[in-house]
Amino acid sequence: MKRRILLTGATAVAALALAACGANNNPTAPPAGGGGGSTGSAGGGGSITVGSADFSESQVLGEIYAGAIKAKGVSVTSKPNIGSRDVYIKALQDGSIDIVPEYTGSLLTFLKGTAPSQDPDAVYTALKSTLPADLVVLDKSTAEDKNSMVVTKDTQAKYSLKSIADLAAHQADITVAAPPEFQTRQQGLVGLKSEYSFTPANFLPLKGAAIVNALKNGQAQAANIFSTDPSIPANGFVTLEDPKLLFGSDNVVPLLRKDKVNDTITAALNAVSAKIDTATLTDLVKQVDVDKKDASAVAKDFLSKNGLG
Amino acid sequence: MLNQIGTWLTDPTHWTGPNGIPQRILEHLIYSGISLLISALIAIPLGIMVGHSGRAKWTVSLANSLRAVPSLGLLFAVALWLGPKIASSLAYVIPSVIVLILLAVPPILSGTYAGIQGVDPAARDAAKGMGMRGGEVLRKVEIPCALPLMLSGFRSATLQVIATATIAASISLGGLGRYLIDGLSVSDYAEMASGAILVALLALLLDGLIALVQRFAVSPGLSGKFRNTPGNRPVVSTTARGDAATETASPTDRADEQREALV
Repeated sequence: MKRRILLTGATAVAALALAACGANNNPTAPPAGGGGGSTGSAGGGGSITVGSADFSESQVLGEIYAGAIKAKGVSVTSKPNIGSRDVYIKALQDGSIDIVPEYTGSLLTFLKGTAPSQDPDAVYTALKSTLPADLVVLDKSTAEDKNSMVVTKDTQAKYSLKSIADLAAHQADITVAAPPEFQTRQQGLVGLKSEYSFTPANFLPLKGAAIVNALKNGQAQAANIFSTDPSIPANGFVTLEDPKLLFGSDNVVPLLRKDKVNDTITAALNAVSAKIDTATLTDLVKQVDVDKKDASAVAKDFLSKNGLG
Repeated sequence: MLNQIGTWLTDPTHWTGPNGIPQRILEHLIYSGISLLISALIAIPLGIMVGHSGRAKWTVSLANSLRAVPSLGLLFAVALWLGPKIASSLAYVIPSVIVLILLAVPPILSGTYAGIQGVDPAARDAAKGMGMRGGEVLRKVEIPCALPLMLSGFRSATLQVIATATIAASISLGGLGRYLIDGLSVSDYAEMASGAILVALLALLLDGLIALVQRFAVSPGLSGKFRNTPGNRPVVSTTARGDAATETASPTDRADEQREALV
């Protein structure tokens, strides 16, 4: 009974806190995967806003972070599906969000232009020393999700492709499908040209499932798809080797505003990172993309299974 | 911000190559031009037929009701359906053109229909009295009399198509929409704003061009520029002119909404 009263009180306080920061929320933004949106319970510290990028894996990770922190009694808001790295890093720095799931190698390449090594620890250390003063990363997980260049089985057999380098010889016949930002990034057309002398005949700027469809339907011959994407095994796509380590090592890591870090949050997120490995991550993405489950429901399920929420 | 837009627009590297402004404007005009041409080929004969015979008026209502279809949703739906059938970038071009045709047909059709229907029966009778046959009446009297409304329908269709052709960029095609989508993905607001400004300028420029055509193509007897006989009254009735005014207002509003939805 006492618990009940506490909970009601907590909800009321949370509602007030949310109403207070209402100006900061975009009322037209979709709720977190249709339900888990603006929930929270008051307790320790100030309110925390967890953001995520515009693909399902990031959204599940964001919901997991939010759930784990909420379980520690901190008031949490989630802002899923913000956009590409360029957009959410800005949001992080201007305080619109406080935490976002990130990838060590991609973030390092984004900040510095190159990622020095494939060794996960070396990348992680380099990332820590490269981050702007107002941002910080907590423990990395062993879960890896790299950018990768993927082709269909037919294309692979037709040109006997093994690595990305083999694409260069057939570049006049190859159209690449990737997100629009791929065009101007080092981990994108820029790096493909400088590292592999590969400049595709055509570039299709698409998003999410449209990239997979373009590759499957033959509008594109190669595509930039995440290594944990369930569409790779589902369609028998082949991931090309990356001998020059353009897409390096990419471990999942929470990126935070330094002024929001405290022991409660650190403990909650490090406990999450300890529980996520590549197989778990692949399964989480599959539940959202293939089984069409709600990202917040998948996150809740993961948290309760691992005793984190 | 204004400074950044100025810098972006005047940067010489943005004016050359496959990503350059001239190339993007050309692509934009090609998508819009093809869509408008096909729309005109559908809507003008149909409008003439309905206006002339007074039958099958439901086609006009049907076309108008199609204005309610959300363009972006339809674009994705058609692209998703056509994707597995065509293994080339036509799988993106065709959906875009279909969506634009659906936007352009209603104003052209309504304009043509209202124009032909609004022709003063006295003028028709006079033409017949002079010994003109059906085809001649249509060519020499009805169409010239309907021309102001037909052109104003075409003008509002053009405005809307130019503004909406930006959505082609969301399914990988070129055109000025590229600057909106690519700018958003790397949060380059100067690029996005410049893209939006270019779309607006292009729309205004074409609108002005058609206005000029309207001025020169419309018979002086209709435009009121040429009134040496005092008893000469315009053959297009005032109600038809009223229709034209309402026709032009609503599509522009919708184009605005779509631009907002995209940004």
